[in-house]
Amino acid sequence: MSAVSALARALPIPAGAGMARTLVERNARAFRHGWVTLVSGFFEPVLYLFSLGVGLGALIGDIDAGDGRMIDYAAFVAPAMMAAAAMNGAVFDSTFNLFFKLKYARLYDSVLATPLGPRDVAVGEITWALLRGLLYSTAFLAVAAAAGVVGSWWALLALPAASLIGLAFAAVGMTVTTYMRSWQDFDYVQLALLPMFLFSATFYPLSTYDESIRWVVQITPLYHGVATIRDLMLGDVGWGILGHVLYLTVMGLVGLVLAARRIERLLLR
Amino acid sequence: MISAHQLTKRFGDFTAVDAIDVEVRRGEAFGFLGPNGAGKSSTMRMIGCVSPPSGGALRILGMDPATDGPAIRGRLGVVPQRDSLDEELTVRENILVYGRYFGMPRRVVNEKADELLEFAQLTERANSVVEPLSGGMKRRLTIARSLVNDPELLLLDEPTTGLDPQARHVLWDRLFRLKRSGVTLVLTTHYMDEAEQLCDRLVVMDGGRIVAEGSPRELIALHSTREVLELRFPADDHAPYAAKLTDLAQRVEVLPDRLLLYTEDGDATAAAVHDRGLAPLSVLARRSTLEDVFLHLTGRTLVD
Amino acid sequence: MSAATTTASGTRPAQPAEGRMAGRAFAFWLTDYRRVWRGTIISGFLSPLFFLVAMGFGLGALVDDGVAGGVRGLDYVQFIAPGILAAQAMQTAVGESTFPVMGAVKWHRLYDAMLATPLGIADIVLGHVAFVAMRITITSVAFAVVAVALGAIGSWWVLLAVPAAVLTGLAFTTPVFAFSVSQDNDGGFNVLFRFIVMPMFLFSGTFFPVEQLPVALELVAWATPLWHGVELCRGLVTETATLAGSLGHAGYLTLWVAGGLWLAFAGFRKRLVT
Repeated sequence: MSAVSALARALPIPAGAGMARTLVERNARAFRHGWVTLVSGFFEPVLYLFSLGVGLGALIGDIDAGDGRMIDYAAFVAPAMMAAAAMNGAVFDSTFNLFFKLKYARLYDSVLATPLGPRDVAVGEITWALLRGLLYSTAFLAVAAAAGVVGSWWALLALPAASLIGLAFAAVGMTVTTYMRSWQDFDYVQLALLPMFLFSATFYPLSTYDESIRWVVQITPLYHGVATIRDLMLGDVGWGILGHVLYLTVMGLVGLVLAARRIERLLLR
Repeated sequence: MISAHQLTKRFGDFTAVDAIDVEVRRGEAFGFLGPNGAGKSSTMRMIGCVSPPSGGALRILGMDPATDGPAIRGRLGVVPQRDSLDEELTVRENILVYGRYFGMPRRVVNEKADELLEFAQLTERANSVVEPLSGGMKRRLTIARSLVNDPELLLLDEPTTGLDPQARHVLWDRLFRLKRSGVTLVLTTHYMDEAEQLCDRLVVMDGGRIVAEGSPRELIALHSTREVLELRFPADDHAPYAAKLTDLAQRVEVLPDRLLLYTEDGDATAAAVHDRGLAPLSVLARRSTLEDVFLHLTGRTLVD
Repeated sequence: MSAATTTASGTRPAQPAEGRMAGRAFAFWLTDYRRVWRGTIISGFLSPLFFLVAMGFGLGALVDDGVAGGVRGLDYVQFIAPGILAAQAMQTAVGESTFPVMGAVKWHRLYDAMLATPLGIADIVLGHVAFVAMRITITSVAFAVVAVALGAIGSWWVLLAVPAAVLTGLAFTTPVFAFSVSQDNDGGFNVLFRFIVMPMFLFSGTFFPVEQLPVALELVAWATPLWHGVELCRGLVTETATLAGSLGHAGYLTLWVAGGLWLAFAGFRKRLVT
């Protein structure tokens, strides 16, 4: 967390007091009153895993992992569920929840009357989204391991990888939210997320697509997230993974800078 | 405490605050009086360091908001026009979390919270969520919350707007206590009774400018007469009556539903009106208020 | 002013009995919908279309090449299309029966405003349910047209599958109305979406036959309205339905609609008329 805020300080983004952690504390308190949401956030990827792994796995059998190695369908789809859950959680927090706090609860009006600045708001909210995400990822990884679909100790690195996916999507999601006018605009968020969730080589390998359209899939951020986590969980680690990591890192940092700037323009007029 | 020189705030082409000069001294209660849209809230936001000035110079507690925002805000208490309480938290947590935003240690905030809940008469509701509280309770909690960091300067934007009379008096009582304990109060209001009750000194704002400045008594002495006679006649238009009475008062104002005669002796003027053979529906002689000052300065009433 | 004076003297229109004025409440929702329909295209139509393409064709390629070579002798896309049709009806129904109902009770006080007119509880509930039915119909028809165009559905029986999907949706609409009107905040919706709707979506035979589930879960799946909706739609468009089976499914769904409606009337009365 301090790494995030140190990074934020080094970047050309708006003022803060280095007190983002107090906002995280606030969110944690608020969340204790809504623990049902916390538990429910964990269920969705696990349900998907079992539905697809157990239900569809029986219809599909083993599939080619991409390098000719045949693996169980559940083992193929589990990393994708983890990556997608990281994306969905981060986006939900940074769009829906943020919009509510911004426009309805007017939380930040009172926060900015204290020493905290816009950078603290951006860093604090994203940190919170990442912490929550980490909790879900860890639980999911444990379930996946227990279900026998984790093939390597490299999988432990899937946890920070999921956080990186969360950072990238939360930062961009936050920026997008500052442009939103009403709840109706969230349909457009859905319009961006759902195709990514369904088409980013999540449920079936990239090779299913015709070669001429594969590049479309490969430019989406979730594709890189899924690829990273899949490589790690299957223990299929090569240098190529660094490319995916770089993509997500750049997306996260650019998003962070833009988000803090936008929040400043929105709240400090 | 606050020193503003030619302070200006523009939103696009619209000038909300137009080159005002203000000095607020330690320990006083200073008011911005004016109707909605006069530029009071914009001024307050600039003083609260959440809105950068478009022009002029502003220093708060001897510091520059542009560079020392967090340091200044650390010593301010802010009560915004609309309660911005955290509805996801309980009453007590609102104070705790707010104290943490100021970087106060948990132990200190915990003690402070009990004290402030007592002050705001909310001890019994400490663990309730915020939503079901009454308007007056929410307002008191907002004020209690703004005091968590022992501010030297408390900014109150329309502190009692929307409250019933009893809740207003409770709130005024709390603000008096704060003032006695040495907190500098800066407040905006469009209620002249509130300004008269609370402010040692005030400025009257209209259209982004300051149109008068002084203590409530000075302002009344300077811009109005000692007394006012209010007359209601059985007619839709009061202007014709005004024409018949101009010589009885220093000044006559025509409002949609009544006439105001500015005079040193209300009762004597009332007698003079009757002597002219006019029979108003109602006659009321009263002392001049800031409302009259505002009417005189701008030609409009404060609350419309 | 003068109009009011005339009607007061005896020409005020007579009002029909409660329950006969649902059309007026329906008209209100329709007016409201004209403002926001664009956004609903995405959630109501594009989502199921994306699911059909990704699951039916993308994943379908794996399933059809897989160990079983399709499902029940069908291409996977043909298996899944009617499933998505029914599941989409459920999603639309639940979406339209949660936040809009709570909003009308609590935030916008629309029902209170309606109750201040001659409309009664029955009119309000039936009018709003009718509007939700219309929303389900629109999305179901649109999806069916696209599924036929893509070759995922190839039978004229699709004409009956659309009303079957609407019935499936209504089996969720009325109980969820009753649930929503009883809630004080939207926390309960999270539970509803995550613990009831989502599991049903994934395990009620939409994506794979429920026989693949452990027996205990299979029994649970049989009890869900969605499974009956999916089986009904699938039976029709794959032309494998029997009359008795279809009537059984439809009857079960109708029970849910009726039971839910009864609960909704009671719930609305309790919340709005006290």
